[in-house]
Amino acid sequence: MNSRTRNTVLNCLALALLGAFIWWAEGNLDGYKIQVLNLIAVNAILALSLNLIYGFTGMFSLGHAGFMAIGAYTCAILILTPAQKEIMWILEPLIWPLSVIQTPFFVAVAAGGLLAALLGLLIAIPVLRLGGDYLGIATLGFAEIIRVVLTNLDFITNGALGIKGIPAYANLWWNYGWLLLTLFFIIRLVGSNFGNVLKAIRDDEIAAKNMGINTFFFKVVAFTVGAFFAGVGGALMGSLVSTIDPKMFAFTLTFNILMITVAGGLGSITGSLIGSVVITVLLEWLRIVENPLVIGSFEIPGIPGMRMVIFSLALILIILFRSEGIMGMREFSWNRLFGRFSRGGDGA
Amino acid sequence: MSINMFIQHLFNAITLGSLYGLIAIGYTMVYGILRLINFAHGEVFMLGAYFIFFAITLLKLPWGLAAVAAVAVSSLCGIAVDRIAYKPLRDAPRISALISAIGVSFFIQNLSIVVFTGLPRAVHRPDWLVKVVNMGGIRILPLAVIVPLVTLLLVLGLLWVVYRTKPGLAMRAISKDIETTRLMGVSVNRIIALTFGIGSALAAASGIMWALRYPQIHPFMGLFPGLKAFIAAVFGGIGSIHGAVVGGMFLGLVEIMAVAFFPTLSGYRDAFAFVLLIIILLMKPTGLMGEKLEDKI
Repeated sequence: MNSRTRNTVLNCLALALLGAFIWWAEGNLDGYKIQVLNLIAVNAILALSLNLIYGFTGMFSLGHAGFMAIGAYTCAILILTPAQKEIMWILEPLIWPLSVIQTPFFVAVAAGGLLAALLGLLIAIPVLRLGGDYLGIATLGFAEIIRVVLTNLDFITNGALGIKGIPAYANLWWNYGWLLLTLFFIIRLVGSNFGNVLKAIRDDEIAAKNMGINTFFFKVVAFTVGAFFAGVGGALMGSLVSTIDPKMFAFTLTFNILMITVAGGLGSITGSLIGSVVITVLLEWLRIVENPLVIGSFEIPGIPGMRMVIFSLALILIILFRSEGIMGMREFSWNRLFGRFSRGGDGA
Repeated sequence: MSINMFIQHLFNAITLGSLYGLIAIGYTMVYGILRLINFAHGEVFMLGAYFIFFAITLLKLPWGLAAVAAVAVSSLCGIAVDRIAYKPLRDAPRISALISAIGVSFFIQNLSIVVFTGLPRAVHRPDWLVKVVNMGGIRILPLAVIVPLVTLLLVLGLLWVVYRTKPGLAMRAISKDIETTRLMGVSVNRIIALTFGIGSALAAASGIMWALRYPQIHPFMGLFPGLKAFIAAVFGGIGSIHGAVVGGMFLGLVEIMAVAFFPTLSGYRDAFAFVLLIIILLMKPTGLMGEKLEDKI
């Protein structure tokens, strides 16, 4: 059996295992644990999309929350029933075509992604002329503008009241399905010649330009694809938490995704996956410090805000002492796994 | 709009612009020297407001002394942030330091929630500062005159330090070429600490005056003024002190006047600065008064 067929078989096995796990989890785990599993998948999609933009292409973007907001709002408006929309939009009724349209969940999520991508494209063309930290601030600015606009467009977004009671279609199957789709697409993209160009731009943009690469074009495409998956992630997140409002999409959200990507390892797909598991679980686990703790007859009151203190401290420590994150730029591969066992073999 | 109303708005705009300008100076000085957006700068502004609050309520200091103490402690905080979070990353890629700065900013914000609680608090304001004065139909607070005056004095003092003293000369030298300056025998790290100290002191002064003008303080109060002041610094030309002040003033004018003339835009007020940023970056990336920072190959 050559390594290619072996890897295909192993990939299929891993998929089957994942399927079996989800099937088992749905029947046996409680709602909270399932919610954490869901969050892991959505965070992984978001981290992968940021990794494509920042880790693989070197564009420091802080606009993720904005793209997520677009995805979440688009999806929510498309999957609510017309009756729900009529009740919910109190300040001003939802404008006409949107108030009667209702689409299946898959279409709504894809539409959320596409709209985010379209916006990403519009933003990319002016701001990608900037580099480094200026790009970060400009994209952060765009995310904030999106939030302000969402707050004020009452007739589409229901303003500051937000949207409640979004149908919870985003179950484990949908979330992990979208995650696999994202994973497949990004692995193929990064592994292709296109991906090589992106990495060349990241490592030295001036050199890449000198090689005759139209770096601007490649950056715009990578940014737009990243925005698409950020929109998808936002759409799933909206359905997962069932309530969205403009405040939810503040800078903190981008910060969390950045944290996952950096902790996992910039430029590593495996890293983003591991990072989203570790950080999501850590964030949930840290809720303990905000809850009152009872030891014997003593009760230590919970400290609100402590969770984010520890979390941000963790980010600082990672950057100071292990800036390459968990994986660095390495990737998991079957070949390496088997290469380790077969001593003296060619590792293939 | 009557002329009286216009003058009142003008005073408000100049007050707000001064406060932005003072914060922007800290950004511009640090960026000029280290090419680092000191994301935690807005948090020092917030700390300044909290420190004066606690100096008055807990330590029962008289008002003026409390202000000086708050500025001094905030200044030390700024230096500490540099030492702990930025200094180890001087040779790392620039974005690493920026991520560290974002981390520090979140850390200070959340630590403030833990320590100060998230409840908004009101800073004590001496009566003579907030008694409305009626001058020929124009109703203004004494604060609206005092804030720009204090700002002017602070900026003049700063310009004297930067352009007339030895440490100021070293600062300007570092912003041109850090390695050569080090070879000339300048203790670069000390000058960088001084820069952070001065910038943070100005931010704290701004925070204190902000707390007097808009008397509610809370742990997130530094976020938007910080971001907007950074934009003001970029607008004026990053690295230039004059530019930071002009940028701050301009931003203050835009925010107040746009809402005064077009009240329907009031919901979009927080977006103005970002629109301004994107326009200036596309039209003239070096800002109004900035020098071109060359790409290092």
